[in-house]
Amino acid sequence: MGSTHLPSPGFEGIEVDRSAGAFSGGQETEMVQLLGPDGRLGSDPVFSDYAKRIDPEQLRGFYADMAKIRRFDQEATALQRQGELALWVPLTGQEAAQIGSGRASHPQDYIFPTYREHGVALTRNVDLAELLKQFRGISNGGWDPRQTNFHLYTLVLAAQTLHAVGYAMGIQRDQKAAEAAGSSDAKAAVVAYFGDGASSEGDVHESMVFASSFNAPVVFFCQNNHWAISVPTSVQTRIPLANRAKGYGFPGIRVDGNDVIAVHAVTEWALEHAREGKGPVLIEAYTYRVGAHTTADDPTKYRESAEEAEWRAKDPLQRLEAYLRAEGLADDAFFAQVKADGDELAAYVRRTTHELEVPDIQSAFANVYAEAHPLVAEEQAWFEEYSAGFVGEEAEGGDNN
Amino acid sequence: MTTMTIAKAINEGLRATLKNHPKSLLMGEDIGPLGGVYRVTDGLIAEFGADRVVDTPLAESGIIGTAIGLALRGYSPVCEIQFDGFVFPGFNQITTQLAKMHSRSLGKLMVPVVIRIPYGGGIGSIEHHSESPEALFAHTAGLRIITPSNAHDAYWMIQQAVQCQDPVIFFEPKRRYWLKGEVDTEKPGPAEDPFKAHVLRDGTDATVVAYGPLVPVALAAAHAAAEDGHSVEVIDLRSISPIDFDAVTDSVKKTGRLIVAHEAPTFGGIGGEIAARISERAFLHLEAPVIRVGGFHMPYPVAKVEEDYLPDIDKILEALDRSLAY
Repeated sequence: MGSTHLPSPGFEGIEVDRSAGAFSGGQETEMVQLLGPDGRLGSDPVFSDYAKRIDPEQLRGFYADMAKIRRFDQEATALQRQGELALWVPLTGQEAAQIGSGRASHPQDYIFPTYREHGVALTRNVDLAELLKQFRGISNGGWDPRQTNFHLYTLVLAAQTLHAVGYAMGIQRDQKAAEAAGSSDAKAAVVAYFGDGASSEGDVHESMVFASSFNAPVVFFCQNNHWAISVPTSVQTRIPLANRAKGYGFPGIRVDGNDVIAVHAVTEWALEHAREGKGPVLIEAYTYRVGAHTTADDPTKYRESAEEAEWRAKDPLQRLEAYLRAEGLADDAFFAQVKADGDELAAYVRRTTHELEVPDIQSAFANVYAEAHPLVAEEQAWFEEYSAGFVGEEAEGGDNN
Repeated sequence: MTTMTIAKAINEGLRATLKNHPKSLLMGEDIGPLGGVYRVTDGLIAEFGADRVVDTPLAESGIIGTAIGLALRGYSPVCEIQFDGFVFPGFNQITTQLAKMHSRSLGKLMVPVVIRIPYGGGIGSIEHHSESPEALFAHTAGLRIITPSNAHDAYWMIQQAVQCQDPVIFFEPKRRYWLKGEVDTEKPGPAEDPFKAHVLRDGTDATVVAYGPLVPVALAAAHAAAEDGHSVEVIDLRSISPIDFDAVTDSVKKTGRLIVAHEAPTFGGIGGEIAARISERAFLHLEAPVIRVGGFHMPYPVAKVEEDYLPDIDKILEALDRSLAY
């Protein structure tokens, strides 16, 4: 199961590292794969060196993370079905793309997710119960991005790719200032997550133009999960999405998004590339949304179950389990523990969801502006007075219907 | 006191900002060596370098979106949108992202981005270069919108916009860029609060509220009305969001009549909002309905007929006559 990845041919005018993996722009592209669906480890001329950095403990951690987030996904789906969440956005099938890339980031890196990156959130130590607030109608975010360097979810597709580039431009300036001051702060980069659907948005184009022009330390991580709700990737693009990077003048790599080892290796390479000041990288993680777009979606209306079955055979967890067992790196006790940990997380999330404090509208008034605002103050005062008029009625059991 | 044009006053305000606020930076199309199409950023790249005065790719969403990212990293970007009609590719970033970031993070994140937009007509320009889109932004909670009408305000208000922790849209009255005025660069004086309106002329018979490019027109109309024996109070709104309703209410309680003038179309505009608020706050003081003077419900017309479209002295005087006739 060796990789057929080829080095970049390079192109005129822009110097591209041969190891960058910028592929030719044809219909087909090479895909970096190290751990195949059969659980056997292959090799790659560039990325095997990165894969070798992963020790057995980390590898078991990748598996534990993937299993944990899949269990969380099941629990959140169940919570939605039981009316506890307004909506859920399942990630099943994309665990390797998210855990592999998330675990490759360093604490000082800053992550801009879309809204399905629950696995990345796990790797950034976001409290997963906090993450459910948005889907329970309690807040539009829930966690503090400054604590985790994991930004709030962005629902307007691709808007965050520009924020990522701007943030990276800020890092560039900070590092320049730090270097001038003789400081040796750890260098940082930014990861912008988006999907094959969002790749058609103009903001993705503009973000890649800005990133390229300013050589911003940003990694564009596109999870090509094959379906933008009901529309297949073929409607978004005629060429592999990774190949688009060539048009912007930076490396683009397609990686098997269900191969956590390859995803980690490629992302680690890309983040080093960015942190070292070599500019942006586009990674296309070739994966599949095994479930529905959201709990409001019905995939039977637009795709064949045979396709889903084909992708289930490429499951990211199964192949890593096969590898760990074959190499003697994990035993039954390990997998039992992973299952127990997942159940514990699910129980925690279920319990906490019920306990999540429902805010009152005062918190909405409080945060429209950072500084005092007379109109907001006036409307808030009116609402308080208006609400006070109902206090007696409520005490008497009055009915407003 | 120094005499300078509004364009120069903004230029000096930006220079002071870049000097005093190390995390501030300017971004926009052609703002570097060219100094912007109106030369508002003239000379700044030579003084502060390309990391602080950034010639960006030609993409408005990109400018606003990356400015949001820079703000999240602790910077204070000042974006230039080249013309009013070109802000719309960035409208999504402004309304769905910039305006909501503080709120959706429950107050944890600050995005102190300033967006400078030259606006308004009267310069004989081609399509998309003469519009007044302020109401589209005023309808969006989370944004602040201010617009100077004179050089002293311009010098101070641009600096105050950068200091504000909220996103601020700074509308520049482009046909008044060359209007000269006295600027006190030592202290703001009455310009201390950019969100307060200024009474520029006292009067007793009617109040005319205007902002940005129409302030000199309103003052000229008040001058003409005085010759006819009518005492007209003129208020420069200065801030479009929030609006200083207290100042307008106080004036109307005194005069009993209100005319609101802006270049933007009257339908769905700022004038309608002021009329509604004043009818709530000062109903029993009003001697006549609030009258709006503004653009027609049409795309901004071609330059050769823009004189018929734009509010001018006569249109304000006609509105005054109607008000006084009640």
